[in-house]
Amino acid sequence: METYETLRHFADTWVLLAMFLFFLGVVLWVLRPGSSEAYEDVAAIPLRNDDAPLEDEGPAVAGAMRRAGAPTEEVRK
Amino acid sequence: MLDTIKLAILGVVAVGAAIVANYAHDLAFQVHALIFMLVAAGLFIRTLRHFGEARPEPAGYEDGLIRWGVILSTFWGVVGFLVGVFIAFQLAYPALNFEWAQPYLNFGRLRPLHTSAVIFAFGGTALITTSFYVVQRTSAARLWNVPLAKFVFWGYQLFIVLAATGYLLGATQSKEYAEPEWYVDLWLTIVWVAYLAVFIGTLVKRKEPHIYVANWFYLAFIVTIAMLHLGNNVAIPVSLLGSKSVIAWAGVQDALIQWWYGHNAVGFFLTAGFLGMMYYFVPKQAERPVYSYKLSIVHFWALIFLYIWAGPHHLHYTALPDWAQTLGMVFSVILWMPSWGGMINGLMTLSGAWDKLRTDPIIRMMVTAVAFYGMSTFEGPMMSIKAVNSLSHYTDWTIGHVHSGALGWVAMISFGALYFLTPRLWKRERLYSTRLVAWHFWLAMIGIVLYAASMWVTGIMEGLMWREVDQNGFLVNAFIDTVIAKHPMYVVRALGGTMFLVGALIMAWNLWKTVTSVEEKKSATPAEVPAE
Repeated sequence: METYETLRHFADTWVLLAMFLFFLGVVLWVLRPGSSEAYEDVAAIPLRNDDAPLEDEGPAVAGAMRRAGAPTEEVRK
Repeated sequence: MLDTIKLAILGVVAVGAAIVANYAHDLAFQVHALIFMLVAAGLFIRTLRHFGEARPEPAGYEDGLIRWGVILSTFWGVVGFLVGVFIAFQLAYPALNFEWAQPYLNFGRLRPLHTSAVIFAFGGTALITTSFYVVQRTSAARLWNVPLAKFVFWGYQLFIVLAATGYLLGATQSKEYAEPEWYVDLWLTIVWVAYLAVFIGTLVKRKEPHIYVANWFYLAFIVTIAMLHLGNNVAIPVSLLGSKSVIAWAGVQDALIQWWYGHNAVGFFLTAGFLGMMYYFVPKQAERPVYSYKLSIVHFWALIFLYIWAGPHHLHYTALPDWAQTLGMVFSVILWMPSWGGMINGLMTLSGAWDKLRTDPIIRMMVTAVAFYGMSTFEGPMMSIKAVNSLSHYTDWTIGHVHSGALGWVAMISFGALYFLTPRLWKRERLYSTRLVAWHFWLAMIGIVLYAASMWVTGIMEGLMWREVDQNGFLVNAFIDTVIAKHPMYVVRALGGTMFLVGALIMAWNLWKTVTSVEEKKSATPAEVPAE
């Protein structure tokens, strides 16, 4: 019972606080400056790459190309 | 070399299963050993016939498996709804518990068959199928380890067959949504770990830098179901040659773990997984990005943090400590917020394209699904309030609530995804008939309304009848009085279910005709189209 009491006390104090702060952090992170532009690109992910995977240029390259305004599949359509 | 190892393993399994079948203590275990034997023997022969053949890894997305997924989701949907309609008529007309089919086809054995067929066979197959489709498209990468993905898919189908046959033959743990016995649970664990590996493996090799939100929901579904499954199935088999097992927990602890599992099966199987579907297929069908990506992230984390606590609301006014009941109630009520955040996000994705609701019955289906998601996530928290629950618990109101969520949200969004996927996967110009989609929509819609409305009426009625006392404090109604009073509503419910089933049959026909008699899409390679 001793272990149970200790763990439960730990769970409903520090862990609860940690989870709440994590959630608060998520909300703040989402609202960070510049997030709108980043999410605009991200939200369009389902609308591209419908027919074939991207070639082996790695995630960083694909993202950089798009930000540099390289035509993606969707734009070409 | 790999083929040799495969042959050795399959051979040992086939012979071992045959021996186990010979010594099995009960019919269910024997039949299941025979199923294992047949599957292993069949795979053995298949491996032998293709021994040593080179299998070059093709480029492009892995869609063959997903085509099977579309076919089997449709099939299991129809089977699950059919069993549901039958047991609904059994409740209205008990004579349908045929004497000649006892005990295999009585209500008690068919009911878990229905719930598992719709949730795990139809819903689960649809989730695995769409998750494989979505994770490839949103990662711009081919599925990682396709052979393992095939194992996941077909292994899950074997799980469904084992679960379903087990119920009919009387093997059950008697835990809601967790009825399969210990060895079926072990098999599902193996399949599920492989599923997690395939999904994460594909995410790791993604070409898009960001992990799209739909994948977050799918991942939460996979991880949480693994955790719940392990927690709720800690069972010790009575014999290694029999299906019976004894659960490690006892009494109220068992009840709490069961409903921690049970409610999160709703939360992470029937909600998070299908929200993954919503976040991909609604934007696709509406041809516009999701309304607010920020909201989708907050939606995700809020839902994940809150759902896990809501389970105790299934145990109001039981031996569970009061504080735990209140905790479950409070978290259920708070859950209303992320649920509606998600609903708003799904619905508002259509802003600026509302006209599509008139012309596109598929988007109508998806929007209806999201609307039902909103309605049942409003009804649920309301029913979890202890005062309301004292009336609604153990009544048909609960059944109505489950079905407005399952038929309205889960099935409708899956239908939308199936209609979306079929022309694309078989490279067809269009669906065979949009009119038939509209027929399906309205049949399903009216069916759900009949179902939910009749269950509200009978649920509240029986709840009131149970608590009615005369001036001396004696109960007015016997249980049979409520049963008699409910009969007309049970007939209405069965009719509603029948309409829903007919709609699904129309969908199956429509998808079949799309594949067989719609002309192939002319392949316009995007590279040939000039830029801009």
